[in-house]
Amino acid sequence: MSFSVPPTLEAELDELATHYPQKRSASLMFLHAFQEHFGHVPREAVEWTARKLGLQPINVYELVTFYPMFRQQPVGKTHIKVCRTLSCALAGSAELREHFCQKLGLDSHKHTPQTTADGKFTVEFVECLASCGTAPVVMVNDDLLEKVTVTEADRVLASGKK
Amino acid sequence: MPEQFKMILKHADSAGYTPDMACYLRHGGYESLKKALATPARTLPDGKTQSPQEVVRDEVLKSGLRGRGGAGFSAGLKWSFVDRRSGKPIYLICNADESEPGTFKDRQIIYKDPHQLVEGMIISCWANDVKLAYIYIRGEMPNGAKLLNQALKDARANGFLGKNILGTGYDLEIYVHRGAGAYICGEETGLIESLEGKRAYPRIKPPYFPAVLGLYMCPTIVNNVETLCHVRHIVAMGSGEYAKLGTPNNTGTRIVSLSGDVQKPGYFEIEVGKVTIGQLIFDANFGGGLKPGRTLKAIIPGGSSSKVLKAGEVFKLNRKGADGQMTKVDVPLLDLPYDFDSLQGAGTMSGSGAIIVMDDTRSMVDSLANLSAFYAHESCGQCTPCREGALWLAKGLHRLEHGEGRKEDADYLTHIAQNIQGRTICAFGEAASWPVLSFVKKFRDEFEARGAADEAARASGAGPTPERKLAASPQP
Ligand SMILES: Cc1cc2nc3c(=O)[nH]c(=O)nc-3n(C[C@H](O)[C@H](O)[C@H](O)COP(=O)(O)O)c2cc1C
Ligand code: SF4
Ligand code: FES
Repeated sequence: MSFSVPPTLEAELDELATHYPQKRSASLMFLHAFQEHFGHVPREAVEWTARKLGLQPINVYELVTFYPMFRQQPVGKTHIKVCRTLSCALAGSAELREHFCQKLGLDSHKHTPQTTADGKFTVEFVECLASCGTAPVVMVNDDLLEKVTVTEADRVLASGKK
Repeated sequence: MPEQFKMILKHADSAGYTPDMACYLRHGGYESLKKALATPARTLPDGKTQSPQEVVRDEVLKSGLRGRGGAGFSAGLKWSFVDRRSGKPIYLICNADESEPGTFKDRQIIYKDPHQLVEGMIISCWANDVKLAYIYIRGEMPNGAKLLNQALKDARANGFLGKNILGTGYDLEIYVHRGAGAYICGEETGLIESLEGKRAYPRIKPPYFPAVLGLYMCPTIVNNVETLCHVRHIVAMGSGEYAKLGTPNNTGTRIVSLSGDVQKPGYFEIEVGKVTIGQLIFDANFGGGLKPGRTLKAIIPGGSSSKVLKAGEVFKLNRKGADGQMTKVDVPLLDLPYDFDSLQGAGTMSGSGAIIVMDDTRSMVDSLANLSAFYAHESCGQCTPCREGALWLAKGLHRLEHGEGRKEDADYLTHIAQNIQGRTICAFGEAASWPVLSFVKKFRDEFEARGAADEAARASGAGPTPERKLAASPQP
């Protein structure tokens, strides 16, 4: 895939850069915008961001590796993030993740995000999503699902298979 | 029976209330901003005059408002530390990282009543001569960021934000900045680094107190979402009326996040100190009690970093008698008023206002293992004691969790935790150590029994004991 930044995206980025008295501040927001556009942060986006903001590529690359939300590889179309932390764990989130993995033929013993071979799903354990009162919670792409039951988990899988 | 006292969440959950400008205006929105901007200067008894901004800052100080983000520090005092003579711009940052496990209160404000936060921020910015401010929202709230952006856009369109606000000549811009999944961005100096486009490595204090050397090395105020919302109400009702809410030195209301083993987990806004921990857990107006047949084992009272409290504990607290004398009285856990000072008196903290309840079916070893895995994952890695220690704690607990424990693990864990706390750049070191120190101290039997059982199993050649589960399965 050849890398290019479409004019609308570039306009959005230019506008974001105006929010800060020092350009470097915009780098996180640039990476978010790229990840939304490409589904992940390609190497070229890191270099492009560095050029645009007058930084060394390492200044941007080190953000991609530090912040857990940024990814350098594509993920599944349906990205399932199961909360791992205590309140959700008390409500069965480990078993819920296990259920997702089992249904999708993924290895639940691996701790890193798992993606199905057909590229449809990624299942990941994440830390507290600030919705502990409705545990267990799961984020499916940008949406938060609360008090997730096995039935609801199966619904997520069914709609992602389509 | 005590009830909720809804001030911040007065409208958020009422039927038909929506997060848009029109709805907010129908409910008296931005009236406090107008009132603040119209504050007259005043002359004090000693002949000194206070500018309108100083008057509002003074009101916030007198209200007794304490930060709702974690440390419970006086908001007015924090504002008074701001270096106003440096000639540098002053920045304000709203901490909307909401990353302390157990906490889900700022989310309610952001998603249901974003304009309340925006109004509180504009007033706070005006009172502190701030021209540029940011809302740092955690990355996992993408829709919250959209709602806030829309709210800011509408505030601009209505003349509440931008150039020449409501014709007063005051200019202010507020932008939303998104984090990307790192807990340490909640720590204010880590947050500032992150906002500067760097890894969220907290800065050492001194010298980097945000009030003097904050964002771009300029004076900076960092306040929690809920704290900033309170400013709006202090302006509306006046500091005197506000300070009547709650209890002395613990004024106002507070949103408590209640999760874990209760019948009705959820968020409850209370007058600070007017409701006890027992009432929060057991009353029908709040948590509604434990699940049938269960008994209370432990509670984490102020977010995952606070020291655990054990069912049946009794604390010695200072109480002011009718004669004004301070005496020590015995207060059982369930009778502890939920406020900053009582929790501190009990050797822990009310932190972010998040209570996690654990009943008798839960293993303290496995619960702690869960939390320690969180801290091992989230250490930013700058300080060796924290980076290595948090990992060792997690590994030691992982062993205990998976049937490979040793009798001496209780001492081992305590030893490591003691060597992290107090030796690090930021308070994350304490956040990672305190749960370990308190769990092991208060539930030592459980840790030792687990280690002994594992050793016995190994000695008898039975191999590691099978994996234990922290929870029952999720609902079908
Ligand atoms: C490890 C760590 C994590 C924190 N996370 C948060 C957070 O998610 N939200 C928050 O408002 N404050 C958090 N704080 C507290 C902030 O550093 C800061 O004290 C607070 O935002 C100040 O606001 P307040 O005075 O209005 O409470 C955290 C502190 C530490 C040490
Ligand atoms: S205590 Fe931990 S989180 Fe804080 S600066 Fe040191 S390594 Fe980073
Ligand atoms: S523990 Fe899962 S949302 Fe907080």
